[in-house]
Amino acid sequence: MKKLHELVAERLLCLSALASSAITLAILAFLVVMGLPLMRAGGVLPLVYSPWAPFQGSFGIFPMIVGTCAISLASLVLAFPLSLGCSFLIAAVAPSAVSRGFRRLIELMTGIPTVVYGFVGIFLLVPIVRELFRSGSGMSLLTAALVLGIMITPTMTLFFCDSFDRIPKSYLDAAEALGASRTQQLLHVMLPLAKKGMLTGVLLALGRAVGDTLIALMLAGNAVQVPTSVLEPARTLTAHIALVMAADYESPEFRSIFTCGIVLYLFTLTVTFVVRAMGSAKDEAA
Amino acid sequence: MKKHLAFLPLLIAGLLLGTFSPAFSGSLDSFKNEKGVLKISGGTAHIPVMKDAAQKIMTANPDIQISIAGGGSGVGIKQVGEGLVDIGNSGRKPTAEEIDRYGLKVHQWAVDGVAPVVNPKNKVSKLTKAQMSDIFAGKIDNWRQLGGENRKINLYTRDEASGTREVFWEKGLDKGNVTAAAHVVVSNGAMKSAVAQDPYGIGYVSVGHIDRTVAPVALDGVLPTIETVRNGSYKVARGLYSNTKGEPTSLAKKFLDFLSTPEGSRIIEEHGFIPLR
Repeated sequence: MKKLHELVAERLLCLSALASSAITLAILAFLVVMGLPLMRAGGVLPLVYSPWAPFQGSFGIFPMIVGTCAISLASLVLAFPLSLGCSFLIAAVAPSAVSRGFRRLIELMTGIPTVVYGFVGIFLLVPIVRELFRSGSGMSLLTAALVLGIMITPTMTLFFCDSFDRIPKSYLDAAEALGASRTQQLLHVMLPLAKKGMLTGVLLALGRAVGDTLIALMLAGNAVQVPTSVLEPARTLTAHIALVMAADYESPEFRSIFTCGIVLYLFTLTVTFVVRAMGSAKDEAA
Repeated sequence: MKKHLAFLPLLIAGLLLGTFSPAFSGSLDSFKNEKGVLKISGGTAHIPVMKDAAQKIMTANPDIQISIAGGGSGVGIKQVGEGLVDIGNSGRKPTAEEIDRYGLKVHQWAVDGVAPVVNPKNKVSKLTKAQMSDIFAGKIDNWRQLGGENRKINLYTRDEASGTREVFWEKGLDKGNVTAAAHVVVSNGAMKSAVAQDPYGIGYVSVGHIDRTVAPVALDGVLPTIETVRNGSYKVARGLYSNTKGEPTSLAKKFLDFLSTPEGSRIIEEHGFIPLR
């Protein structure tokens, strides 16, 4: 009797595991099937390369791919030094009471909805950018990247802190015994040891930046063009999906947003696999 | 088992009470003894009004089911003509040929006028249609060229699915090109706050949405206001129509009548349109 129970439980667990992985694959299949009519009509490459001009029958998403890359990479460039500074402060420099309070604050910041960041950005940052550079409306690649950078900083900081915390205390004791100062320990012991964990944090933050919709939608200006400067408006893939969503379901522009979905899906998949691969490499090393 | 069954009549009584208790008030009185399904499709500009009206009616009388689909004006006329829906909405008057072929009965309940707007601080208060087309095409790109400050013009437009964009593009820009450098915002409200925030911006909103935060621009000498749209002197406007195949069914007629009650007018105004009296 007991054996039967075990068998049933095993089968059920196996089934649920299968179901959840099947759903992930089903989403990709769904995106491909829904996007198929348009891809078949003109091929996949024109969808990626050609410009977006729905009234002339051209549904390319190239400007949006450039927009997504530019905004998320710029936000990463802004967030990385910030996160590095914050995590150094928390992990090494500040006295423990201060660092604990600071850490709680940053944990709290990860929970702020992105729409709040967007709203603050539109009323505070947009006019400043407009008057400071006297070029354009203030809704630009730079504005969105600044706010997005602030949005992903807490995630990155916490990942950095965690990888610093995982360093065995004996290593630090050894360095201290050799007469290394706190800064020297940081640069020569902690940073090299935490490298892998930090890279994971950077990649996950990049994933968040690419996946975020509202900040770009509210602050980047959404112009369908390949931006030539950081002060020009740009549109991300996610904002594009949100904007075209309202079109009627049979129209080719609606179909074309599934191509955006596929591009985003593949991007997230790549990031996840890279993170996994690094995780297992680390396990082998340990 | 029997114990459970004893509760059943109570449960049913409760459900019945729950179903019939909502109060019928004012504009919604006529729906009291109606039941059935009402299918609506067509113009996307109509959808917010249709949705709000349907919600009010269905809350007051849960026996009525109203389904609303988009598809655009062409789809609305075609589907109602072929008897697939009860009401087909269109953002243009059906052509004589369409009315004839399908035996349509046309019911106009609102006008949608679209006005170019700038920031109230902007000194430019009137433009010609040719200037407007040049601005949106990117040919005029500095306010200095129009007698304003020496600053770049920031263009704001709407997404492809917007009915407001459709009217402005067709009748304000004569289907002219809109430059890819234009910012895109998602709603009349977002357009208003974008232009209200940007002293060098220009965009367009439904006339019913204009308030003190933005300044309407006179086009070829006519200032867009609710009055000029209603009397037809301001031309960047269109009627909002609901069409039925022949005489409307009892439920469809009550739905269309509801749009001209004070409550219906309030819903229409809320979405920036001008109700017809």
